[in-house]
Amino acid sequence: MKPKLAIYWAASCGGCDIAILDIEEKILDVAGFFDLAFWPCATDFKYKDVEAMPDKSITLTLFNGAIRNSENYYLANLLRRKSVVLCAFGSCAVEGGIPGLANFYDKQSIIDYAFHKSPSTVNPDGIVPLAEYQVPEGKLTIPVMFETVRSLPQVVEVDYLIPGCPPQSDQIAEVVKTVIDILSNGKPLPPPGTTLGASEKTCCDECPRRREVKKITKFIRPFEIVTAPDICLMEQGIICCGPATRSGCSAKCVSAGVPCRGCYGRPVNVRDQGAKMVSAIASVIDSTNPDEIERIISTIPDPAGTFYRFSLADSMLRRAQV
Amino acid sequence: MKTIVIDPITRLEGHGKIHLFVDDDGGLANCYFQVPELRGFEKFCQGRPVEELCRITTRICGVCPEAHHMASAKAIDAVYGVTPPPAAIKLRNLVYNAFYAGDHTTHFYALGGPDFVCGPDAPPAERNILGVIAKVGLDAGKKVIAQRARGQRVIEIIGGKKVHPVTALPGGMSKRVTKEEQAEMIKIGEEMVEFAKFTIQVFDAIVLANKAYVDLILSDMFTHKTYNMGLVDANNKVNFYDGMVRVVGADGKEHCKYQPKDYLNYVAEHVEPYSYLKYPYLKQIGWKGFVDGTDSGVYKASPLSRLNVSEGMATPLAQAEYERFYETLTGDRSGRMPVHATLATHWARIVELVYACEATLDMAKDEEITSDKIHNPPQSIVGEGVGIVEAPRGTLTHHYKTDKNGFVTEVNLIVGTTNNNAPITMSIKKAAEGLIRKGVEITDGILNRIEMAFRAYDPCFGCATHSLAGEMPLELIIHSVETGEILQKARRNC
Repeated sequence: MKPKLAIYWAASCGGCDIAILDIEEKILDVAGFFDLAFWPCATDFKYKDVEAMPDKSITLTLFNGAIRNSENYYLANLLRRKSVVLCAFGSCAVEGGIPGLANFYDKQSIIDYAFHKSPSTVNPDGIVPLAEYQVPEGKLTIPVMFETVRSLPQVVEVDYLIPGCPPQSDQIAEVVKTVIDILSNGKPLPPPGTTLGASEKTCCDECPRRREVKKITKFIRPFEIVTAPDICLMEQGIICCGPATRSGCSAKCVSAGVPCRGCYGRPVNVRDQGAKMVSAIASVIDSTNPDEIERIISTIPDPAGTFYRFSLADSMLRRAQV
Repeated sequence: MKTIVIDPITRLEGHGKIHLFVDDDGGLANCYFQVPELRGFEKFCQGRPVEELCRITTRICGVCPEAHHMASAKAIDAVYGVTPPPAAIKLRNLVYNAFYAGDHTTHFYALGGPDFVCGPDAPPAERNILGVIAKVGLDAGKKVIAQRARGQRVIEIIGGKKVHPVTALPGGMSKRVTKEEQAEMIKIGEEMVEFAKFTIQVFDAIVLANKAYVDLILSDMFTHKTYNMGLVDANNKVNFYDGMVRVVGADGKEHCKYQPKDYLNYVAEHVEPYSYLKYPYLKQIGWKGFVDGTDSGVYKASPLSRLNVSEGMATPLAQAEYERFYETLTGDRSGRMPVHATLATHWARIVELVYACEATLDMAKDEEITSDKIHNPPQSIVGEGVGIVEAPRGTLTHHYKTDKNGFVTEVNLIVGTTNNNAPITMSIKKAAEGLIRKGVEITDGILNRIEMAFRAYDPCFGCATHSLAGEMPLELIIHSVETGEILQKARRNC
């Protein structure tokens, strides 16, 4: 019997699934090796079928998306129970990702904006979606949105983490190859908690741009200048999360002329990506005078939303106080 | 009264669910289509520097992040009152057309196509991309994979990254294109045009040559006479990246034509208590419920809509296909009379595919795209901007307001598939009305025809998965409202 593979998506965009497709012909190896018990959106509502499966009958589940509502939560727990190996796949599952930015606000303000305040919404009766709603013909239900977005490891025990928004297809292909090798040759699994599909360095270590150990007196926004193509963006005054981000993407964004926003998550031995960014910034500020340092730091646009762009939910902050 | 729950349905941006209520004589009492997810982008974009929004809103949809990247970039340009240099606009346009060429290919061959290539009543196990390959040959399958890779490669060259491109900046682009990359993209464009010609042949041979399919396409069960919306250029030709939004009525008469910045005068959104997804409608007509006709503000925004609001295509092969499309379906090749058959959306998508491939080639050849001048840094700020592009699944509107420093104070988004929330609901209902009747056993074929009603809109999510797994699982349960007893069950792939 072939090993069973499940790929599920919770609060996510579908980009992880596209990235899996981008491994192109290697997808046929996946299809040949595994019994595709569940494939991304093709299986997301099969609660009854998953429930009916014996525990631990799915060999490997790749879970993408954050935990935003009761449905995500239920499926995370269900798939944990049914899977031998559960992988958090992509930034949203690993650390909350972009949906985690909602933790700067509360649930009520999100609903208020979408259904009352948005300028195109016409809602004179003040209708909001309800978890249960009685229509003349019967009852309709929708999942309950949680107050706080969580990453997958904040909800269930996770065996491995595959970071990236999305994980790059060459990395996915490599992970797939390794997994098939382990399962076919009876090799031992890596220790639980291992990050797969990324390397041990930082994005800066992969960056082709030159560093000149230049200090700066002011931060600028990425569009304010025409950037020099081969010099470190931070040294040009642009906040770049490369120093606080795990390598694995081949420094794609910085190579394309825009700063890193940290989607591969915190580097090895770093607990909090934002805290790491603060120390990285300290090293490029050209002053020892506290007032001057404060002035330079005040020129950083949206530090929390930038340093924690992908990791707010899983950070030491977790969410804004509301 | 019985309740039929179609749960799961997928191939949507987000999750979806259908409730059909059947009265005692077996007729359809009512139908509810629900989208049970809200991630709150409009709220959590507040407080961010506006230039970051084209890197944040891509994560609304990983299937069409290019659409969000471009709509966002245009809104940000407007916030700063800056016009990108011509080369930057050309690069955006080129990458956007190349994206369309890949995206429409995936839909036709992997999602919509199997219903026609393999047949709506083919066994579910065959009704997928593998079934398509079995019917049209392995070589064709390889061509489809290669075409998809071509689109992704252009996105990587211009956008910096295959999924979630990053290179749009306020006032331009961040990544220059080299002569070598241009040569590669010209070759890709040439191959894309050949692929488009091949696709026309496939569609002709398999769909148009089969009278049963043409009858199905034109059947009343799959017809909705609503308004249509789409972006057009200065000559009223279809344009995906730029232009004015044009809306025509069921009779083909222009209802309105507006600049992106004026969208609030023309579009509004209705709320229902059982779904997180709002229902856009034409503001000047008003929300009259889930009904057809010129008195109802419901509109469609899809490949078919874009053809219906335009007066043709800007490239020669696509124009010829446009004329053939209308000649066949309305008898008038000018396209003056709109086509209302939902399933004709699949053919319209092929006409657009041809255009996207031709446009990719034309734009790749443009000398100016390798210019160094691709970024005009903004010098001042307006503080408000609207950007509109045509996402493959409908008109996409991003509207931002900022403070004087360019920090976001308000974001309003009307997303591609959202436009079609009401028409999708209506299409499901109409198909269900035609199919669910007293004494009729619910078969897989019935399930599939209900799916076909919304599959024509290409709800976003399935682009990814169905190229391999092929068939979405669908479960239809009829149970007694009074006792909860399950009366009948039909399922597949579940």
